[in-house]
Order: sequence, then C-alpha cells, then structure tokens
Amino acid sequence: MIKVLFFAQIRELVDCAEMEVTGPFESVNALRAELAAKGGKWALALDSDKLLVAVDQDICSLDSPVADGVEVAFFPPVTGG
Amino acid sequence: MSADSIQIQTEDFDLATEYAALGQSHSTGAIVTFIGKVRDFNQGDNVSGLTLEHYPGMTEKSLAKILVEAETRWSIQGVKVIHRIGELALGDQIVFVGVASMHRGDAFQACEFIMDYLKTQAPFWKKEATEDGSHWVDARETDTTAADRWK
Repeated sequence: MIKVLFFAQIRELVDCAEMEVTGPFESVNALRAELAAKGGKWALALDSDKLLVAVDQDICSLDSPVADGVEVAFFPPVTGG
Repeated sequence: MSADSIQIQTEDFDLATEYAALGQSHSTGAIVTFIGKVRDFNQGDNVSGLTLEHYPGMTEKSLAKILVEAETRWSIQGVKVIHRIGELALGDQIVFVGVASMHRGDAFQACEFIMDYLKTQAPFWKKEATEDGSHWVDARETDTTAADRWK
C-alpha cells in the first residue's frame, strides 16, 4: 500500500488528509492522474501547475517512481516563516 | 547542529532564554537572532490572526537539511530554529532562528540563509483570518528570489 497525504488548500479541497492506495506506480504523475480521475474537487486540486509533491518526505518531481510502501504527499508551495 | 536544534511547537518561545543557550561558549564572538511575527497587513487587509499547518516528519527533516547546509558554508558554533504551529494571534511570535559564531559575518549570513531556505523549502502553510473570512497565503516570488541568491 501507498500512504498518500494532502496538506493546506489541497487537503481542504479534496476533504481528505490521508488515504491509502494500492501501488506501485510508474511515476508520481500516474498516481496523481488516478486520483484526479475521481473528478470534481480531486481534479481541481491535483491539476494545479503549482502542485508540489514529496516521496518519503523529500520533494521530488512528478516523474519520480512510486514504489509500494512509500509515503507520497501533495501540497501547495510552502508559506512558513 | 545538535539534537535539540529544531523545535516545532504550539507554545511561545523566549528570546532571552534562547540567547543564553546559544552563547555558552567563551569563543563565541557573535550571536545573530531573527524573530518573525504575525503582522496585521499581508495579502489580505486587517489580518486578525493565522493558523499554521505543517507536515510532521518532513518539517524536521527539511530543517535539518538546511542547518547541515548552513554548517558546511559557514563556521557555526550553535544554531537553533523554533517554528510555531496552530492558531496564532496578531503580534504573536512565529519563528525564531539563532546562530552563534566566532565572527559576525558567519552569524549574519547563516541566519539569513536559514530563514530564506526555511521560507521556500520547509513544509509550513499559513492561513490568514481577516474580516472577510480566512484564506491560504500565496507563496511569494520574492521569497524564491531571496533563496536563489544563495545558490
């Protein structure tokens, strides 16, 4: 299983902080596309060109592979400090 | 960087306490500290407070990477980052960065580097409360530009 996390406005839009999906995926983009296919708010939240993604808590590109057992997070650009 | 160099907490922090902890070594000649606060005017008018969300685990990991990078670039004797999360009111302290070094140049630069990288890489998100409701703060291009100059 793959643990998928959502933060900030992405989390609010999809109304979900955490879920599990069956993997692996060829890329983060493939996982993103599967989730976006749920339609509605999911497509809106995950189609953003400003979307950031982390695999096992390291920011990575949409091309990165998603092995079974990893943690994937989708979030907007960070605004701390 | 030591085990307690990074703290993520809802509680407030005290500058005098942090300053005293950073200045323990007699060879320390410079301590630079930075505190970020909640201000009343940002992307929305009349901000009355904000909520800070973060990604537990990744936050600590990304801050540790930033501190390690700072230590490879400058001569640092002590470093501390405290970032608050949860509900914050107008005027509240949000973030503390303190750097102790033998000389001021290292301390000034390392402190600014850590803040610039924290703002663009550490997974925190601010939601502002205003008279017209609440909204997520947009990332600023100027913050990215500030971080890019250290490359």
